[in-house]
Amino acid sequence: MRQLIIIGSGPAGLTAAIYAARANLNPLVVASSVDVGGELMNTTEVENFPGFPEGIQGPDLMAKLQAQAERFGAEIRYDDAVELELDGPVKRVVLGTGNVEEASAIVFATGSAYRKIGIEGEQRLSGHGVSWCATCDGFFFREQEIAVVGGGDSAMEEATFLTRFASKVYLIHRRDELRASKIMQERAFNDPKIEFVWNSEVVDILGESAVTGVVLKSTVDGSMRELPLQGVFVAIGNDPRTHLVHGKLELTAEGTVWVDGRSSRTSVPGVFAAGDVIDPTYRQAATAAGSGTVAALDAEHYLAALGEAGAPQVDADEISGRPEVAPSPAA
Amino acid sequence: MTAKATTSATFEQDVLQADGPVLVDFWAEWCGPCRMVSPVLDEIATENPDKITVLKLNVDENPDLAMKYQITSIPAMKVFEKGEVKTSIIGAKPKFALEQDLAAYLK
Repeated sequence: MRQLIIIGSGPAGLTAAIYAARANLNPLVVASSVDVGGELMNTTEVENFPGFPEGIQGPDLMAKLQAQAERFGAEIRYDDAVELELDGPVKRVVLGTGNVEEASAIVFATGSAYRKIGIEGEQRLSGHGVSWCATCDGFFFREQEIAVVGGGDSAMEEATFLTRFASKVYLIHRRDELRASKIMQERAFNDPKIEFVWNSEVVDILGESAVTGVVLKSTVDGSMRELPLQGVFVAIGNDPRTHLVHGKLELTAEGTVWVDGRSSRTSVPGVFAAGDVIDPTYRQAATAAGSGTVAALDAEHYLAALGEAGAPQVDADEISGRPEVAPSPAA
Repeated sequence: MTAKATTSATFEQDVLQADGPVLVDFWAEWCGPCRMVSPVLDEIATENPDKITVLKLNVDENPDLAMKYQITSIPAMKVFEKGEVKTSIIGAKPKFALEQDLAAYLK
């Protein structure tokens, strides 16, 4: 049996792996079979990760984090966790290949998944003009008119990136102000190819075999109008990837995995969580890395106590201060 | 074993005139998910040598074929039989999910 299994290979999982490997815990990282590296694999320039004054490409940053974890002995497995057994002193991770790995402690860092608008045309035309990955699919919209839906940093980044290819990028947002950081907003405002469409909700995506337009509903007066275009990039946020732990770990009202205060301790002893999956607010590469650090240190502490005392004696119900609802970020 | 590449020049012979089913993986260097799914397709090809052929098509270098087959999202995997597209898969998926999508050819 292993000491520690880390599920996830984004900044949280790999930073946890670096710390755990340096603490000689020989962690196994279940990196997934196709989402290795997490969300940063689909980004281009990362300008806000400390230590890279010139910026760094998302996939390059993840390759460096992985190399750093491997240098200290972390084992990376390109497989998916499909089922977890978390109760009791031996945690089991069932992998996509059918193999079962066992460990005394788990770090759960599965990140978050793209949120969908939730309208019929979105699913039907997915891959036929509806996309969640500007860096993958922007190329196919040369000299075409497209839309980015959203108002956060990732929407600004996608819109700005897509102007390399598209003749025009509509930025469709439900409100009349943006959630995005000032620098990203300004970049988008100053781009002559980007046109902002304020106070508008996408209620339908039109087209038979390819996108031909969207139907917009005004959030001010409810009026409807059609906007002809050839592509829709959805960037309206992310939802924590918690399906593996439903009914096993306590969640917050926001749907993230509940952790005890500033620690990474979940409602089950020996199970620690880190990164976007516990964070409804900040969700940055740097905060995820910090969160992964916390999880590795908590796991190390837990494993050391196990070594001294044998089986863990902490009962989940005895963890003090567990809130009924999600704590506010300021708490 | 890494799958061979096909191009606009060889596509007719490699894919459209091929005897058995051919899976064409439309990909590009700058596509992160493409790089993830590529070794998975190689594995499937290696494990099913007599059942399906896997070929890679770089959309950067062969934009005419990307346009002809209306590719707007990659990775896109299309299975050709007797010159016609029989199955289309879009987006990187785990091996077991791809094997399910391709079950008809892997029997």
